[in-house]
Amino acid sequence: MGLLEVENLDAQYGRIKALDGVSLSVDEGEIVTLVGANGAGKTTTLRAISGLLKAARGSVRFAGREISRLSPDRIVRLGVGHSPEGRRVFARMSVRDNLELGAYTRRSRSEIAADMEEVFVTFPRLRERAEQRAGTLSGGEQQMLAMGRALMSRPKLLMLDEPSLGLSPLLVETIFGVIRQINARGTTILLIEQNARQALSIADRGYVLEVGRVVFADKAAVLLASEAVRTAYLGG
Amino acid sequence: MDVFLQQLVNGLSLGGIYALIALGYTMVYGIIELINFAHGDVYTLGSFFALAVLTGLGVSGEVHGPALIGVVLVTVLAAMLCCGLTGVLIERLAYRRLRNAPRLAPLITAIGMSFILENVMQLWRGPSPVSFPSVIPNPIVHLGPIDIGAKQILVIVTAVVMMFALQLFIYRTRLGKAMRATAQDRDAAQLMGIDINTTIALTFLIGSALAGAAGFISGVYYGTTWFFNGFEAGLKAFTAAVLGGIGNIAGAMLGGFLIGLIEAMATQYIPQGAQWTNVVVFSVLVLVLIFRPSGLLGESLPEKV
Ligand SMILES: Nc1ncnc2c1ncn2[C@@H]1O[C@H](COP(=O)(O)OP(=O)(O)OP(=O)(O)O)[C@@H](O)[C@H]1O
Ligand SMILES: [Mg+2]
Repeated sequence: MGLLEVENLDAQYGRIKALDGVSLSVDEGEIVTLVGANGAGKTTTLRAISGLLKAARGSVRFAGREISRLSPDRIVRLGVGHSPEGRRVFARMSVRDNLELGAYTRRSRSEIAADMEEVFVTFPRLRERAEQRAGTLSGGEQQMLAMGRALMSRPKLLMLDEPSLGLSPLLVETIFGVIRQINARGTTILLIEQNARQALSIADRGYVLEVGRVVFADKAAVLLASEAVRTAYLGG
Repeated sequence: MDVFLQQLVNGLSLGGIYALIALGYTMVYGIIELINFAHGDVYTLGSFFALAVLTGLGVSGEVHGPALIGVVLVTVLAAMLCCGLTGVLIERLAYRRLRNAPRLAPLITAIGMSFILENVMQLWRGPSPVSFPSVIPNPIVHLGPIDIGAKQILVIVTAVVMMFALQLFIYRTRLGKAMRATAQDRDAAQLMGIDINTTIALTFLIGSALAGAAGFISGVYYGTTWFFNGFEAGLKAFTAAVLGGIGNIAGAMLGGFLIGLIEAMATQYIPQGAQWTNVVVFSVLVLVLIFRPSGLLGESLPEKV
C-alpha cells in the first residue's frame, strides 16, 4: 500500500473544474514527479492533498488514513509537508522566524536548532541573512528559504511545487541535490517541476497531467524515453 | 507653557484609552482584513462588566489601602476575560463562516453586531448614562507646573504596560509568531501546521480583552458610562489605527496617543475647540492619508502581492 493514495479526485474553483478524476499514489521512499503544461492542475492536486482546497469528490489517504476532510494543519501534523507554488515566505518576518515557523509542529528545541543548522549548511546564504526580513531577500534566496522552511517540519512526505523556479543553473543543481539527499535519508518526495526532464531524471515514477486528468503514468525512465511524452512535454 | 504641558498629560491619558481600543481594531484587521465595527461596543461592554463586578463587590466609591489593589485587579481581569470571550463568541458566531465571502458581507455583519451589542446594553442598563464608582483615590501630584491626577498616571501606565506586554507576546512567543504568520499569509501559515481558527480566535480574545481593560479605565477616569459610549470612542480609536497604519501594532499605539493629544490641544487652543475636536481629528487623518496612504507606520508592502 502506498504512503499516499489519491483516488478519483475532483476539484473545482467556483464552477471551473480543475481536477477531473485524478488518481495517483506515492510509495514510501519514492520520488514521484507530476508534470504537465501550465494550467494542467499540478498545483491544484497538491493543494487538494494538503487540504488547502477541499476536494469535491474522491479520496486522499495518507499512511492508510483518509485525510481529505481534515484541515491543513492536521494534515501537516500527520507528516505531509508542502512547499507551495510561489515561495510564500512570511515577508515581514526574519529568515530565522520563517524557519522556526517551519518547525511549528515540533517541540524539541535542540532538534529544531540542529535542523536549522543543517539548513544553514545547505544554504549558507540563509545564514548570512538570518536576521533579515524574508521580504527583502532576492527571489532565489526566498526560494531557498521556502525549501529550508519545508524541511524544518521533518515531513514523511514532502511535496514541492516548483522548488527551482527562478534559480540560477548552479542553484538548481543544489536544489536537486538537496532533494536527492533528503530522499536518501528517508523522506518521500512528490515533486512538481517546470523542468520536467530534470525532474524525471531524479524521479522513480512520474505522472503526466493534462487539463485535470492523468494521461500517462509510468516509471520515470519510461516516460523520459516515451515519444509521446517527449514531444508534448519535454520539448522533443 | 504650563497649559501646554497640562494638556499634554490630559491628551496622553485620553490617548491611552484610544490606543488600547485601537489595538483591537488593528489586530483584527491585520489578521482577517475586517473592520470590526462591533469593537467599540465591546469596549463599552467592558465598562458594563466592570460596573457589574464592582457592584457585586459592594464598591460604590473610592477604595483605600491594600483592598484597592485587589479590587482593581479583580475588576480589570474580569472585564478583560468577559470582553475577550465576547469577542471570541462574536467571531465564532458571526464572522467565521463569512471568512471567504465577499468583503462587504462581514462588514455589514459587523455593523449589525454593533447594533445588537448596543441594544443589549441598552436593555441591561437603560438608555441614559450611569455613574461609575471612582474606585481609585485621585490625589493630585504636582509635577513642577503641571498637576497630574493619580488616575491619569494609572491610565497612561496601564496602557503602556499592556502594549509592551502585547509586543512581547506577538514578537517573542510561538503563538504570537503564529498570529503574525496567519496575518501575513493564511494558506502558508496553515502549511506550517498552524490552526488558523485558533489563531484568529486568539486575536479576537486579546483585542477584545484590551478593549475590556480600556472600558474599566475609562469608567474610572470619567466616572460614567452609557450604552452608546463606544460609538464615538470606537470611531476615534479606529481613526487612530488608520492614522498609525492599520494592521500595525505600534502604529495603533502611536495613533491612539496622537489622537488623544490632538483632541486635548484642539480643545485648548482653538476657540470653542471642544466643538471642533472631531473636525480637527478627522482633518488630520485625511491629511496624513493624502501624504502617507498606508498610515504613519504602515508599510505598503510590494512583496504582499
Ligand atoms: N484560484 C483559482 N481560481 C480559479 N481558477 C483557478 C485558480 N487556481 C487555479 N485555477 C485554474 O485551475 C486550473 C489548474 O491550475 P493549476 O494552478 O493547478 O495548474 P498548474 O498545473 O499548477 O499550472 P502551472 O504549471 O502554471 O503552475 C487552471 O485552469 C487554472 O486556471
Ligand atoms: Mg502550478
